[in-house]
Amino acid sequence: MDSPAIKVEGLSKRYRIGARLRQRNFREALTDAALAPLRRLKSFGRSSHREEDSIWALRQVSFEVRQGEVLGIIGPNGAGKTTLLKLLSRITDPTEGRAVLNGRVGSLLEVGTGFHSELTGWENIYLSGAILGMRKAEIDARFDQIVAFSGIEPFIDTPVKRYSHGMRVRLGFAVAAHLEPEILLVDEVLAVGDAAFKRKSLGKMGELQKGGRTVIFVSHNMASIKNLCTSCIALDKGRIMASGDVADTVQRYLQAFEPVGDAGSGGGFSFEVPRPEPAPEAYITRVELLDEDRAVARRLETRACFRARIHFRSEVASGRFSLRLSLQTLDGAPLILYDMEQTGGFHLACDPGDHFADVVMPELPLAAGHYVIGAAISVPHIRLLHNAERTGEIEVSARDAYGTGSPLSSQRCFVAVEHFWQVPDDDEGLREMGYGPKGSAGPADR
Amino acid sequence: MVASESTTARSEMPRVVIEPRKGWLPVNWQELWQHRELLYFLTWRDIKVRYKQTVLGVLWAILQPLMTMVVLTVIFKSLLGVDRRLMGSDGDGYPYAVFLFAGLLPWQFFAGALKRSSDSVVMSAPLTQKVYFPRLIIPMASVGAVLVDFALSLLVLVGLMLYYGIAPGLPILAIVPLALGMVVAALGVGALLSALNVAYRDFRYVVPFLVQIWFYATPLIWALNRVQGRWRLLVALNPMCGIVEGYRWAILSSAPPGWPLDSAALGVSVLSALCLFVVGLRYFRRVEGQFADII
Repeated sequence: MDSPAIKVEGLSKRYRIGARLRQRNFREALTDAALAPLRRLKSFGRSSHREEDSIWALRQVSFEVRQGEVLGIIGPNGAGKTTLLKLLSRITDPTEGRAVLNGRVGSLLEVGTGFHSELTGWENIYLSGAILGMRKAEIDARFDQIVAFSGIEPFIDTPVKRYSHGMRVRLGFAVAAHLEPEILLVDEVLAVGDAAFKRKSLGKMGELQKGGRTVIFVSHNMASIKNLCTSCIALDKGRIMASGDVADTVQRYLQAFEPVGDAGSGGGFSFEVPRPEPAPEAYITRVELLDEDRAVARRLETRACFRARIHFRSEVASGRFSLRLSLQTLDGAPLILYDMEQTGGFHLACDPGDHFADVVMPELPLAAGHYVIGAAISVPHIRLLHNAERTGEIEVSARDAYGTGSPLSSQRCFVAVEHFWQVPDDDEGLREMGYGPKGSAGPADR
Repeated sequence: MVASESTTARSEMPRVVIEPRKGWLPVNWQELWQHRELLYFLTWRDIKVRYKQTVLGVLWAILQPLMTMVVLTVIFKSLLGVDRRLMGSDGDGYPYAVFLFAGLLPWQFFAGALKRSSDSVVMSAPLTQKVYFPRLIIPMASVGAVLVDFALSLLVLVGLMLYYGIAPGLPILAIVPLALGMVVAALGVGALLSALNVAYRDFRYVVPFLVQIWFYATPLIWALNRVQGRWRLLVALNPMCGIVEGYRWAILSSAPPGWPLDSAALGVSVLSALCLFVVGLRYFRRVEGQFADII
């Protein structure tokens, strides 16, 4: 077949956002509230609205995918990756442009689409299968395979609400994996489950490709993009910034989003964040890592005390803010994403000016290697104000945290937490072996 | 978006074209037909979920209309004596309970379908944001699930007719086309309300009130023959008016003194139901492309 499986021409999507936030007095707020229904009645179903009240999530995107190709889509958060998938899977309408897809389209934007927690495993297999576009006869034919793939056979008659998260994911993926459309749109679903299940899932993706299916795959994980895709598109701010060869595109993407900061001039971990334009009501100004004397740290070690100080500036009176710290691998896989509101259970109330807050981890759970640190500030539960997610690159130095003489390195794994080994002893009980929990952590000395 | 799935001659590959949606779109019946199994599964889910963890289960579908009938009979017949004024005759004739139930049968379906379908699209927000299927399936499945309840409440009707010794005549067959009419009316209004509810959650508060007003506007506790001639057609603009009267005719016409069929009123109601159907489904189609964005 010579015509491409997917042909996208000038696809654009504009989202309306509320009018720009500004200080209002009570009378204005009241009139606004009173007029809101009228305004909304007038605007429903019409796409004409003022330019400043809307953002282009996707702008003039064009590409073609040949049959049997696996196209990877990468980009920072908010680049329009998910919007593109939503347009192609017909979940939402484009504002402009056109796309033609030749073949049955299946979209996997989440695992376990359509699951109902009151229903049992097998009931959900039928329900989810039908929602994803399978015919009943197809589900009948593959039912046993789906159950076997999920590995939750004993619980198939149990309501899904009694499943663990892992079991739900397995069942959801098992249904999705047996979907056989000509075109498959996948969003990061592989980033779930344990290692064995991930291998199984990746294997299934490989099979799909060999079967001549056309796949569009959105991911943050550069490794799986490199493994699975035959071509790649990098999106930034709704536009295509690079495309073509996979290794090439990934390279260009990583270069463009190279961490802004560098371990400062003094050799310590202090990262200035450029002022965002236009400036929101509050924004991150600097992220520093401090040592035990509260001076800028020069060295970070596995499982030693870690203190990150997030500096921010507030432009408004009595603002309520929540800070966030993130640590990612160089490939962009999130390792830590701690939000003050979510993991601390509080938020800050600040007046205009410069402020800071510290995130302290008594034992940094990262193996030796390079990571990307980021910070963000938001109005709790409402919206993100400033996301400096690639503020700087930090290096965690090797430390023999487990006292064995062979420290962990990020080449083999990223996470290093307290653990110990036990082996059966003569009394048919368990006996701790090796250095055990007491000796493992050690004082955070330097 | 205009999503046309036409099968090309050279291969069996469906072709999907995605474009901005402009103006009013017709309902894509072919696509709906292709998704009939999904409609079945969603209806089945609604019913399953509704009666999960209940002791009486599907029995509720029978108990609810039965209890409503008993309550209304006690109030309007035993306490207020409405029955004698309504039927006009000297008290001989069909029992008020049967008179009531003949109307409640389609009404409870209609009211239930309105309540469930108006919430349906908002309740399926997680689905509409993650997967595509013709959105009309959602309110349709809600109406479908209520239709199953309706079928079960027909058993109550059979029981009542046996108890009061009312033999069905040929008009009883009219229940089938009348049921079709009531489904058409419910789907139209249901689709309209469900779409409006997405953009304006006000409708969450409007619907219960609407149903209550509609209850009194429909000849349920009263009969259409109490309305003077020329006003009747106005009252019959309410699609449920003609349908309810139609059910009375289908059920009671064989029992003395019979029940007249006001065919003019029925005609107006059926036309009105069809109009609501077209308007409701068209409006739904017009705004469904925005559901995922504003839900």
